[in-house]
Amino acid sequence: MRNIRALQPLFDLAKPGRRATRFPKSDVPEVPLTKLLPATAIAEQPPALPELAEPDVVRHFTNLSTLNMSVDTHFYPLGSCTMKHNPKRNERLASLPGMLDLHPYQPEETLQGMLALLYELQQMLGEIGGLPAVSLQPAAGAQGEFTSLLIASAYFRERGENRTKVLAPDSAHGTNPASAAVAGFTAVTVKSTPQGFVDLADLAAKLDHETAVFMITNPNTLGMFEPNIKRIAEMVHAVGGLLYLDGANMNAILGITRPGDFGADMMHFNCHKTFSGPHGSGGPGAGPIAVTSVLAPYLPAPLVVREDAGYRLDYDRPKSVGRVRSFFGNVGILVRAYCYIRSHGPDGLRRVSENAVLNANYLLARVKHIFPVPQGDRCMHEFVASAAKLKTDKDISAMDIAKRLLDYGFHAPTVYFPPIVREAMMIEPTETESKETLDAFAETLFRITEEPAELLHEAPHTTSISRPDEVRAARQPVMISPPPGSP
Amino acid sequence: MKPETLLFSKTHEWVHVETDSTGAKVATIGISAFALEALTDLVYIELPKVGRTLKTGEAFGEIESVKAVSDLYSPVDGAVVATHDSLANELESLPSDPYGNGWLVKIKLSDETALQELMDYAAYQKQCAEEGH
Amino acid sequence: MPFLLNTPDDQQAMLAAIGVGSLDELFAMVPADLRLKRDLAIPPALTEIELSAHMAALARANSPAGDQLCFLGGGCYDHFVPAVVDAIAGRAEFYTSYTPYQAEASQGNLQAFFEYQTLISRLTGMEVANASLYDGATAATEAVLMSISATARHRHVVTAASVHPEYRQTLAAYLKNLGVEISTVGTPGGAITPQDLFDAVRDDTACVLVQHPNFFGCLEDVERLAQIAHDKGAMFIVIADPISLGILKRPGDYDADIVVAEGQSLGIPMQFGGPFLGIMACRERLVRRMPGRIAGQTVDRRGKRCWVLTLQTREQHIRREKATSNICTNQGLLALRATVYLALVGPQGLREVAELNLRKAHYARERFASLERFEIVHARPTFKEFVVRDRQGQVENLLADLAARDIFAGVPLGRWYPELADCFLVAVTEKRSRQDIDTLVAALAQSNRKVMVAHA
Repeated sequence: MRNIRALQPLFDLAKPGRRATRFPKSDVPEVPLTKLLPATAIAEQPPALPELAEPDVVRHFTNLSTLNMSVDTHFYPLGSCTMKHNPKRNERLASLPGMLDLHPYQPEETLQGMLALLYELQQMLGEIGGLPAVSLQPAAGAQGEFTSLLIASAYFRERGENRTKVLAPDSAHGTNPASAAVAGFTAVTVKSTPQGFVDLADLAAKLDHETAVFMITNPNTLGMFEPNIKRIAEMVHAVGGLLYLDGANMNAILGITRPGDFGADMMHFNCHKTFSGPHGSGGPGAGPIAVTSVLAPYLPAPLVVREDAGYRLDYDRPKSVGRVRSFFGNVGILVRAYCYIRSHGPDGLRRVSENAVLNANYLLARVKHIFPVPQGDRCMHEFVASAAKLKTDKDISAMDIAKRLLDYGFHAPTVYFPPIVREAMMIEPTETESKETLDAFAETLFRITEEPAELLHEAPHTTSISRPDEVRAARQPVMISPPPGSP
Repeated sequence: MKPETLLFSKTHEWVHVETDSTGAKVATIGISAFALEALTDLVYIELPKVGRTLKTGEAFGEIESVKAVSDLYSPVDGAVVATHDSLANELESLPSDPYGNGWLVKIKLSDETALQELMDYAAYQKQCAEEGH
Repeated sequence: MPFLLNTPDDQQAMLAAIGVGSLDELFAMVPADLRLKRDLAIPPALTEIELSAHMAALARANSPAGDQLCFLGGGCYDHFVPAVVDAIAGRAEFYTSYTPYQAEASQGNLQAFFEYQTLISRLTGMEVANASLYDGATAATEAVLMSISATARHRHVVTAASVHPEYRQTLAAYLKNLGVEISTVGTPGGAITPQDLFDAVRDDTACVLVQHPNFFGCLEDVERLAQIAHDKGAMFIVIADPISLGILKRPGDYDADIVVAEGQSLGIPMQFGGPFLGIMACRERLVRRMPGRIAGQTVDRRGKRCWVLTLQTREQHIRREKATSNICTNQGLLALRATVYLALVGPQGLREVAELNLRKAHYARERFASLERFEIVHARPTFKEFVVRDRQGQVENLLADLAARDIFAGVPLGRWYPELADCFLVAVTEKRSRQDIDTLVAALAQSNRKVMVAHA
């Protein structure tokens, strides 16, 4: 049962005089504040935070949590996000005091367990990607992309080449062109064929000696393995460019094929997708990168190295692009990724991908007669179905279906992405779902298509709110609660 | 104004040219009804500063809906002499009068050759019909 | 396998429904010559029991500073984390959900983001805040990029040696290819001299980036520095310590344009440096240049108040190469931790914790000053950190010796500041008692003898 009172904004629940956390009295000699700080630096009043008691806070946030769908509570087939089960053992083990309470500037001798773990993770990711040199520093996939583009730019600078362009397909995640721009390159779009593959003629036309990098997502955002990947790598290398692999869809190919083996020079992993880091309502992620040995000197510093005396952080990397964030990386997520990989081993990782692909193909087979899948009858770990025909025939849009699914207790797929498919519904079931769940989901989809369009336009009907007015939110944005005392 | 009296660019801006009191040619620029319909539910517009000089095809601002953003391109060469700043607060009414109160900027032409590249309303409608499919 | 559900029978039924004979056939679209024809060379699988034992052994091979006497700082601090923070962030409905694109199924996250933004706005004295960035370093860098875009000054930015060196390295990496020159004002006295800043700021400078309290723990003369920046039309960007805002003036009070901070102090464990929380707040006029997700309030079809992600056209998934930033994820779970922390401590609690940090750090500073071997390097007022010089120049030995006795006395500064190679940075939080500080000082006195012996 929902507790409406506890769901009021935090600020409405507050009352002057309430307290939760109390701190001990100072045990050092009392000195007037003005002897410690210049009077001009001191605030006249403490910040206008709400005053709440511990039970208020607990009840408020606990009730808020019940308004979310989550992997632990619902099937969450959000395409391209790999919403797989987040193992509880990883949460417990990442929270061991020996892992959680480490300061990033502790002496290395006191960090040997952590450095051993991170070193081994570097090695394992290098093996999984087929690219031997790994940096765990990037905070997320997009930062991994950006860091790799910095590496490309340092590499070409050293070779005396001025390359200004980064190519990416029109089906790519928006982060690809955005990373290219932030890294100082001109982003160039390469067309896709109707099947969602790279249009080789368009690629050939756009590749030249100003091309630094071609960024490709493989399997691509339609869930298809690029059949011409080797040819593409040869074309990019023939003009002296580098091939970047956006690893968003690695969940399909663990132990099946390796980016380094199909021609990639650089890649990132999304630890929060492939290696089960919990998504945390939007983050944190972790986006380690792997590169060829030629590009290894340019990786960010520090890396973990192993020497006779033990593990050490190597900051002495003269060709490095520097650093892209503070401290070592999103270690909490990296520890979970380590636990995940160690829980699976080589056989287990391959079976993860096999079952992810099996589940996606099974669901595709079950729904394709109602929702045409423009790319065909097979997919890797996800597929993009189109509601275009339903839209024409019955005035039912992908958005209507997404919203109505919520009423039936399923999270919606990703909708309207990639932009190359009309009324797109991008469905990624992941390997941690059962046949029974997939059957129930498919049957619910059929049932929805039989429902009156007017009912669907108004969906969802059972969630805590109905469809929000996004136009109003964007026209007159209200981004904070009004200050206390204002009308 | 009636759209039949206007010129149109491939990027969906309309142009109306008048001669001001000093004899200079001034173009009033707006966005076509077709483009506004495609954008739906406008939420934001950014217009250039008065005085900025623009070349044909140069982006001078942008217009946004909730989930899409579109650059605005100058169909002419010249200097911005006026901008319709109050539009920002009445965006919801823009689609109801795109060719009148929906004007965006006025540009004093420095060169008239670009005008020859623009379409009349019939040709523009033909382009829209093709894009619609 | 630990987390799979398909039984052999399920697999057969599913393959039949698909119309293929084997799992292998499902991968037909991966060209045969690209298939890995061996097992990955990684260690074999561990059961939960085995993994737990393995991880416990790795954990034992560490000596966690947060479990012992920790005086380490430099952007990551051993502050107290109330139990409620862990309890709330440990709720799976928060930590196993994703980006609230489907607002109807994510009101909990969206309302929490909105409350976070409000708290950050009140803490910093700014009109708006986003729903978080990666960390303090990237938040500072994104703020500089914002200022470049907002001022249309693409050539020059100014910062200072008293800004966290890793933040400056991050900024340098991001600006390297953009042709923006960075001038770094020296701070030999521990803080920026107004005249030095005046000399560095030009008519084409996009921003001045300062940290207050700065990396050395010293207060900057922020009011005068802001004036100098603004006189030249440059933006004034402040990297704040959120705990310090319990006692220090809010950046909005001294006319900052953008405020960023590392939010780790607000209920986030140290976990060897991340994930942390990049805080960013700014003036309302800059909101369309701000990177990252923003929650906004609106109403649903029935007129009920609710929250959505808003102003999304700024972001990469819509604007692609023209986006304000390439960031996609945020640090939602860490923003939640900060929200709960601030709700728990409230205005009085934040004031108290700030005062405790200040008073204890000053007590420690005085104790250091009383030892002949050490010198307090900067005379300026400090908040919770200060720089100590070892007159014997034995910083590495000294810190290693104390670490062996489970005392983490400070962060050596030589890696970033060659001129401070004989110095270390000491931080004191509310978790340290007077007795802890006295223990540190006594241990230093003992170490003193040992090193003397070693040199004899």
